[in-house]
Amino acid sequence: MALATATRPRIVGERKWTWWRGALVHGALLAYSALAIFPVLLVVVNSFKARRAIFADPYSLPTAETFDLVGYRTLAQHANFPLYFLNSLIVTVGSLFLILLVSSMAAHALAEYQFRGNTLLSLYLAIGIMVPIRLGTVGLLELMSKLKLVDTLWALILVYTAQGIPLAVFVLTQHMRQLPRELKDAARIDGASEYHVFRLILPLARPALGTVAAISLLPIWNDLWFALILAPSERTKTVILGTQVFLGQFVNDWNAVLAALSLSIVPAVVLYVIFSRQLIRGLMAGSIK
Amino acid sequence: MKRVRKFPTHIAVFLAPAVLIYTVFMIYPMLSSLWLSLLNRIPGGGTGFVGLQNYVTLLTSEHWAPRFWNAFRNNVVFFVIHMLVQNPVALALAVMLNSRIRAAAVYRTIIFTPAVLSVVLAGFAWRMVLNPVWGISYTILDFFGLGDLDRPWLGLEETALVTLSLISVWQNVGIPMVLFLAALVRIPDELLEAARVDGANAWQVFRHVQLPLIMPSLAIVAVLTFVGNFNAFDLIYATQGSLAGPNFSTDIMGTFFFRTFFGFQLQPGDPHMGAAVAGMMFLIILTGVLLYLFGWQRRMERIEY
Repeated sequence: MALATATRPRIVGERKWTWWRGALVHGALLAYSALAIFPVLLVVVNSFKARRAIFADPYSLPTAETFDLVGYRTLAQHANFPLYFLNSLIVTVGSLFLILLVSSMAAHALAEYQFRGNTLLSLYLAIGIMVPIRLGTVGLLELMSKLKLVDTLWALILVYTAQGIPLAVFVLTQHMRQLPRELKDAARIDGASEYHVFRLILPLARPALGTVAAISLLPIWNDLWFALILAPSERTKTVILGTQVFLGQFVNDWNAVLAALSLSIVPAVVLYVIFSRQLIRGLMAGSIK
Repeated sequence: MKRVRKFPTHIAVFLAPAVLIYTVFMIYPMLSSLWLSLLNRIPGGGTGFVGLQNYVTLLTSEHWAPRFWNAFRNNVVFFVIHMLVQNPVALALAVMLNSRIRAAAVYRTIIFTPAVLSVVLAGFAWRMVLNPVWGISYTILDFFGLGDLDRPWLGLEETALVTLSLISVWQNVGIPMVLFLAALVRIPDELLEAARVDGANAWQVFRHVQLPLIMPSLAIVAVLTFVGNFNAFDLIYATQGSLAGPNFSTDIMGTFFFRTFFGFQLQPGDPHMGAAVAGMMFLIILTGVLLYLFGWQRRMERIEY
């Protein structure tokens, strides 16, 4: 429902748009857009240039003479970026899958059945929407070392899942309450078990699942805190931590630093170019609920 | 809805995984962390219950208190800058994007981009742009005839915190913008038309129609900003390191917590004092959230539409 209103076509009204007001708005938005991507473009463009050209002429595109991949070569020799990418991918996909699975199950139970403690449980699960999980870091590190999960990707997946559950359950419960009863009751009359009913209605929750995925994705992919604390080993580094450590070691090698920064944004930017509409709409829909 | 006496198995099965993961990896660590903040080494050896002693030490002792209050003050500045810059800019951008303007989706996508990127990139990219060695900030200021104003913004005690706050604003402004936009799109066109027919100009429409109707979103953004800011760490750590230099001038609660827990330079890490810092952060965040729940939201309910 929220998705529909968010994309509602605007009817052209009789509002008088003086040309200068339109120009003013375009000018302001254009200026802010430039500010938003200027540092990113500067980094990416200069990562392809020789060291001298980076300093002599930072604003020009690389030419045949100034083009140089030395930064990327340093990167390939000193940091295992393919592994970092793989780790980030495993952690993000694993956490998202778990968040969507367990939250939709719990949301279904909270939305569908009247049982004692329903409201109390909803409130209990909602605590985590406002209280950040980082505050439990001391206890979490202790727990993870007892479970021998420190420096494993599992530690990150479990923490990110726990972090994602509260908002996911909240958004999904709201959505699932609005699903039509007829379908479920019809299935029950046909003798479907409660588990079957859940499997049947899950596809109907797809828009809300998309919203939850959009909300949960970025904090997981971009997290530095838990990657640093729970899984800092070379084997388990995520892209963000790998980049951070590399930048610290090569801080004066501008070519290498620019190359590392450019490379670290590739997955995020590629995904964003493909999914920007869904992502922003998902955030908008999630905020309304 | 059926009335049930025995707790049905299928409900338990649906609930168990989420409740279990959430309890074990979020609620339990939070409680055990609060418990740890009440323990410390006791005379006679070993670790024991010391009550609120760690908190008293943190807030009053010569060794801890100045660092704590410094981090707290900096964090307040960090938050105030977000409230004064990030949220008004986000609102202005949202209102402009919501006016019937061509290519609004393109602008929206571009302006949101920094929020997609990691703090490591945001922090380091700006660190290079502002680096006097590269001279980018100088050439840009010079273009506007302000070259004399250029400073090593991240290297000076007076300017580092404000600069980092603004970098954080630059990165995160897209998120409140999208939240405001979501609220603005929901306002029925008829309402705006009615105001215009009555002769209201653009500012009056905004002030008397749009603003009151998106008040709930303003309050939510304020509380999200509060929680996010008092829990922030990544940007400062990525840009200035855990020492939050120069001379702790960019130290906020998150970096202070990290240093206390893990130690730095010659000072060894201290899980109990670390837990106490986290306990204080918990208290601050809880205060903010409760203020929102009992103050703001109650007032907000009256203007639901």
